[in-house]
Amino acid sequence: MSDYDLIVLGSGPGGYVAAIRAAQLGLKVAIVERENLGGICLNWGCIPTKALLRSAEIYHYMQHAGDYGLTAANISADIDAVVKRSRGVAKQLNQGVTHLMKKNKITIHMGDGKLTAANTLTVTKDGKSEELTAKNIILATGARARDLPFAPADGKRIWTYRHAMVPPEMPKKLLVIGSGAIGIEFASFYNDMGAEVTVVEMLDRIVPVEDADVSTFLEKALTKQGMTIMTGAGVEELKANATGVSAKIKGKDGKVVASEFTHCIVAIGIVPNTENIGLEALGVEMDRGFLKTDPMCRTNLPGLWAIGDITAPPWLAHKASHEGVIAAEAIAGGHPHAMDPKNIPGCTYCHPQVASVGLTEAKAKEAGYDVKVGNFPFLGNGKAIALGEAEGFIKTVFDAKTGELLGAHMVGAEVTELIQGYTIGKTAELVEADFMHTVFPHPTLSEMMHESVLGAYGKMLHM
Amino acid sequence: MSIELKMPALSPTMEEGTLARWLVKEGDTVSSGDLIAEIETDKATMEFEAVDEGVITQLLVAEGTDGVKVGTVIAIIQGEDDGAIAAPKAAAPVAAQAPKPAVVAAAPAPAPVTAPVAAPSHSSGDRIKASPLAKRIAANSGVDLAAISGTGPNGRIVKADVERTTKNTVSAELVEARPTADNRPSTGSGLTVNGGDIPHEVVKLSNMRKTIARRLTESKQQVPHIYLTVDVRLDALLKLRGELNASLEPRGIKLSVNDMLIKALGLALIQVPKCNVSFAGDTMLQYSRADISVAVSVPTGLITPIVTDAANKSLSKISTEIAELAARAKEGKLQPHEYQGGTASISNMGMMGIKQFEAVINPPQAMIMAIGAGEKRPDIVDDALAIATVMSATGSFDHRAIDGADGAQLMKVFKELVEKPLGLVA
Repeated sequence: MSDYDLIVLGSGPGGYVAAIRAAQLGLKVAIVERENLGGICLNWGCIPTKALLRSAEIYHYMQHAGDYGLTAANISADIDAVVKRSRGVAKQLNQGVTHLMKKNKITIHMGDGKLTAANTLTVTKDGKSEELTAKNIILATGARARDLPFAPADGKRIWTYRHAMVPPEMPKKLLVIGSGAIGIEFASFYNDMGAEVTVVEMLDRIVPVEDADVSTFLEKALTKQGMTIMTGAGVEELKANATGVSAKIKGKDGKVVASEFTHCIVAIGIVPNTENIGLEALGVEMDRGFLKTDPMCRTNLPGLWAIGDITAPPWLAHKASHEGVIAAEAIAGGHPHAMDPKNIPGCTYCHPQVASVGLTEAKAKEAGYDVKVGNFPFLGNGKAIALGEAEGFIKTVFDAKTGELLGAHMVGAEVTELIQGYTIGKTAELVEADFMHTVFPHPTLSEMMHESVLGAYGKMLHM
Repeated sequence: MSIELKMPALSPTMEEGTLARWLVKEGDTVSSGDLIAEIETDKATMEFEAVDEGVITQLLVAEGTDGVKVGTVIAIIQGEDDGAIAAPKAAAPVAAQAPKPAVVAAAPAPAPVTAPVAAPSHSSGDRIKASPLAKRIAANSGVDLAAISGTGPNGRIVKADVERTTKNTVSAELVEARPTADNRPSTGSGLTVNGGDIPHEVVKLSNMRKTIARRLTESKQQVPHIYLTVDVRLDALLKLRGELNASLEPRGIKLSVNDMLIKALGLALIQVPKCNVSFAGDTMLQYSRADISVAVSVPTGLITPIVTDAANKSLSKISTEIAELAARAKEGKLQPHEYQGGTASISNMGMMGIKQFEAVINPPQAMIMAIGAGEKRPDIVDDALAIATVMSATGSFDHRAIDGADGAQLMKVFKELVEKPLGLVA
């Protein structure tokens, strides 16, 4: 007899959602967590950073109060209070997850979980171990920041995202290495908060997974805000000292320049948490360091499943949650629909925001599509102008042959709240005509989504 | 009453087929036994006969539509008894009079119909659930959505379902890897052939060509082949053939060398049963009868009619059978049981002057014999140089099921049977 129908190892947005869904379907479920319920996402990732960025945004507006006919004097930022608010938000959500576990009668085991067989997990806490068995185990252990091999994060001067979220002091001169979603969000936050920020990106453009037009636009916007951006550049050497960090940065021109910063954030990618959970001994199949799974999230061992950041990309919370639901439903004997990676949206909460789904224009062409491209600027939208946020654009890429929306790429205010419209459209396999026939409410930013589609077919109205 | 004609299953394994040609048009009156359509399956074209009487009121599937699933309604026949009544939407009180599948035996005019049964017109019956994109792609490529089953939410037909049917889609799609700073390179999958600037036309694959492509790829990818070649003296066999043909002439039978080789292979397989097998994963099938598939080239590709129990058939019987099968194969009129099965194959390219070749095994069979041209070659007998008519024969064996030594044994027995051919007539 197994102790449980399902044990979930890791309680991040993948794991806890899987546990809830499985419990809803009548399974007896336990969840194992070594640190905080809710995982990185709501304790150290997505949610607390949004709280920080909100403070930065309001600070930005206060500094620009004059643009709106308002006066705000003696504005200042208290980094400690900003961080305190962010931690409060994380705590509230952490308690929310605890409540959800209780409500769904999910047993919580705090401690380090390790597989001893495909259906057995040993949980160790404070030197004491207990063995749990289950008919199925879902691995959802997530990932952590990748260190620079020559300068591991020390939490004082060299930070990962995690240190950057609870800074011991406000950095004056900040170096951000890596311009993916995490790097750019922190660069944007600290830039808004008043730090002097330099971003170093190895590739030839920032946010390199996004459409090239988005990268170009964002680089200009951030540079205008005072950020220094170095693309095609690499950090050759990084040394922490009592007052800061010294870096040797090789620029696009091949010249190495020595610079001093007070702090550095390393955001060069993630490493999956696959060590010390017993995978090696069991012979679980891996692919380039990540667990190999089928569309229902099964590993090669019967009864062992894996979701989220320890599996194939994209490494995003919402992808993990969706996989959690798929795995739970498959375990309960259902037939969930597999997820199409091309329909998973991505959001970056810098200022201006970036959001996208599907293929970039370049990738679509590379895949052999004959494309129709629409691009509508924020400048042509009444609501954007009224908001004082007239910078950005919405770009759509269609397959000329079938009218399939291959991709949508947005940069500008609130675009992270808009992208879901295109995501629904892609998931439901709508074609250009469906988007054209949809009535978008006026006055909203969403009207630009309509215009962009019209533009792809030469029918744009407001430009 | 109206009768729905459904896509018939012309063989036990048939799941779908191509409606190659309509032999009737809307308005035609048909009676039982009339030919209605030609249906192309993966290997053969077969005629579809009417079993009901009436007037064809609707042809629902266009000529040339492929991938039509078995059971799909392809036409509506209006029975003669109720003429044009068919009050629409009239309640259907007699459930038992639901339209019969056309493959059921000829229905005599139904018992007096008290209330006319509503004619369920297919198009209005149940709405086809399909995504806008699936509809667009189907329309672009002339695919009938009614013939596709959907895998989307609530059985909705989605893009992938249509593309599975058309297969001639855009190009390999990139599976795009999104976010993270150390984005791994996307990998393209599948094959893109666009011909580039070279003048070309795009030729649609016949079902036969698709089947050949699929099966040969499977064979070469999954079956480890081993090839064993022997040289076989033919003089004795040619001499015997001459004598036999002289005596068979009054009966109008002319044996070919191939007929005799088919028999030799059949006998050899019975004598070396370890080569008359199929590899089946955890098990192996050991056949006690040798059914020889004979590769026949036809204009659209290749088909392998079967000589069943070749070891126990007379040469004359083999000869007449194969002549008849080959003739029908060339017309595309073979029945599935006549080309599906077989325990081993033989392929002869001697008549085209091919000296020697290695054939691809036709799974689940475990061996195929490739016959080269018989030609005069120097032959050493008792240390003296002589001339003999010699052919090279190469057996391809599924090495999972057949060891080299067993394959060699089969080749040896085959060689002996051909070189001392009286065994073929005994």
